[in-house]
Amino acid sequence: MATLTLRNIKKAYGAAEVIKGIDLDIEDREFVVFVGPSGCGKSTLLRMIAGLEPITSGDLSIDGKRVNEVGPADRGLAMVFQSYALYPHMTVAQNMGFALRLAKVPKAERDAKVAEAARILQLGPYLERRPKDLSGGQRQRVAIGRAIVRAPKVFLFDEPLSNLDAALRGQTRIEIAKLHEELAVTMIYVTHDQIEAMTLADKIVVLQAGRIEQVGSPLELYHHPANIFVAGFIGSPRMNMLPVAVDGVSAAGVSVRLPSGVALTIPCSGAGLSAGSALTLGIRPEALRPDENGPIAGTVKLVERLGGLTLLHVETEGIEDMIVQLEGLSLVDLHQQVRFSADGAALHLFDQAGQALPALARHSLVA
Amino acid sequence: MTDSLTKRLVIAILGWTVALLLFFPIFWMVLTSFKSETDAITARLAFAPTLAAYGEVFARANYLAFALNSVVISVGGSVLALAFAIPAAYSMAFHPTQRTRGTLLWMLSTKMLPPVGVLVPIYLLFRTTHLLDTRTGLILIYALMNLPIVVWMLFTFYKEVPHEILEAGRMDGANTWAEVWHLLMPLTLPGVASTGLLSLILCWNEAFWSLNLTSSSAAPLTTFIASFSSPEGLFFAKLSAASTMAVAPILIFGWFSQKQLVQGLTFGAVK
Ligand SMILES: Nc1ncnc2c1ncn2[C@@H]1O[C@H](COP(=O)(O)OP(=O)(O)OP(=O)(O)O)[C@@H](O)[C@H]1O
Ligand SMILES: [Mg+2]
Repeated sequence: MATLTLRNIKKAYGAAEVIKGIDLDIEDREFVVFVGPSGCGKSTLLRMIAGLEPITSGDLSIDGKRVNEVGPADRGLAMVFQSYALYPHMTVAQNMGFALRLAKVPKAERDAKVAEAARILQLGPYLERRPKDLSGGQRQRVAIGRAIVRAPKVFLFDEPLSNLDAALRGQTRIEIAKLHEELAVTMIYVTHDQIEAMTLADKIVVLQAGRIEQVGSPLELYHHPANIFVAGFIGSPRMNMLPVAVDGVSAAGVSVRLPSGVALTIPCSGAGLSAGSALTLGIRPEALRPDENGPIAGTVKLVERLGGLTLLHVETEGIEDMIVQLEGLSLVDLHQQVRFSADGAALHLFDQAGQALPALARHSLVA
Repeated sequence: MTDSLTKRLVIAILGWTVALLLFFPIFWMVLTSFKSETDAITARLAFAPTLAAYGEVFARANYLAFALNSVVISVGGSVLALAFAIPAAYSMAFHPTQRTRGTLLWMLSTKMLPPVGVLVPIYLLFRTTHLLDTRTGLILIYALMNLPIVVWMLFTFYKEVPHEILEAGRMDGANTWAEVWHLLMPLTLPGVASTGLLSLILCWNEAFWSLNLTSSSAAPLTTFIASFSSPEGLFFAKLSAASTMAVAPILIFGWFSQKQLVQGLTFGAVK
């Protein structure tokens, strides 16, 4: 059992405020992922939860108890560091058992717990080795094992996979997902990686410059981004952004005029909009389809064939590099004129402040 | 092949030359200690070796008492310096403030003050506190004398330790004491050892304070050497014998610990 509550959490280094008031509720057994651009404060926030960094102001509660002044070990959390931070002078078994040794757990019990963690992580053959004699992936598992042995209420991960190569990263990601399933604990996970965030998270927290931009399930963030920042940050390749002008508002949604003069109706609520005001239209690269009668026309400037996918870089009015992601192998050629259409529900409108206009209907997969 | 051979030859010759040049005074001192006083004032290499000088030195002064003082004072001073420097360097390396840099530089700057500048105040302090000619007094002075260097060296070793390892320890439930004892000490042991060794050598060789603050009961080997110099004229053989006996323990000690010393002193560079 572990729920976390963050209330107006702030962090300042001298005069510089790097976390500017975070409010967040984390449910028991939830997998929460913090994402955001480099320097936005993900690690700082995680370290404040861990107790490694003092909280400048605000309240952090675990299971309803305020823990701002509680030391890191007494919060019942375990952390996996990006650099693994294994103890180089101890064997794998000693690394994993260190917390229990400090807690004066009897040796037999300690050994049993280490053996159990080693079984879960398949570290059995390496228990007597030192960290320097392990591969990167094995070190990573030891770091996770060290956390498991303590049976913490909450696991904290700070970019745990960023030092692994792509194949191993994928594999370890799946192992972490299984671990979450098996241990049934709360996990908080910091990453840069879209795929990690989308696949692991129950709840994604998008941070920018020390503030929360949006909190929601991966699909909610993907289908209903709250603002331009989240729309651009979630999804790869990035959402295409076009400047458009309002034509009119009807029950069917907001009609806008593209830079090319073509009109489109997007099913959003346009309360308070007047004709002529400027908006931004967001189109996901995967929402565009070639269509001879489509409203968007452009010239193909670059084709990237990834095998299963084809990425087209298209120059069209209002946007120099519109990315179109097509399934399979597309036979489109360079410099060819192509027309595209997009499903209205996959289009997003943002006002001048960057806030999304609310969609008229929620996506069927997002309650 | 031949190229690397000549290169190695040149390096070997250069190395030996430098080593011999540096070693020559010590060699000459040891040689002189086996001469008679009449041979000692000449530069003759052919002489009848004699232990007369050693005999006289032993007859005139209690070598073992001096040597024991040296050991107690050097070890005591170094241990005391480490005892203060380890927590100081820990806090400076892992919990720095805006004043850390300045404090470190200030500590080092005290080494630039000529000791004689504070001789009178310290002498008076020692007299009123009855520390003159006591081992405790010299241990205190030596610890203070070496503290800046010991703190600096430990600080540079500690700086090499990734913060995250200690943070992982803190997550695992280590308090400050456990952090230092279970993690920092084992990780920086070569550094701490070489720092201790250097401090030991500096204490052993120190002459200014020992000559001025001790007379008999706490006098270390540097005082022992000095007692064979000037007053009765120049007795080179006896002086050499006394000096040889004074430096022999630390030379032998240094020989056995040189691997540790070099390893520690180049710790940062190798990593
Ligand atoms: N000790 C410090 N003193 C001053 N500023 C700091 C300190 N530590 C971090 N910062 C600042 O706080 C901000 C957030 O840093 P943080 O490490 O949390 O970013 P991050 O989101 O984890 O970035 P990354 O994805 O690159 O790891 C950064 O702008 C950083 O410069
Ligand atoms: Mg970070």
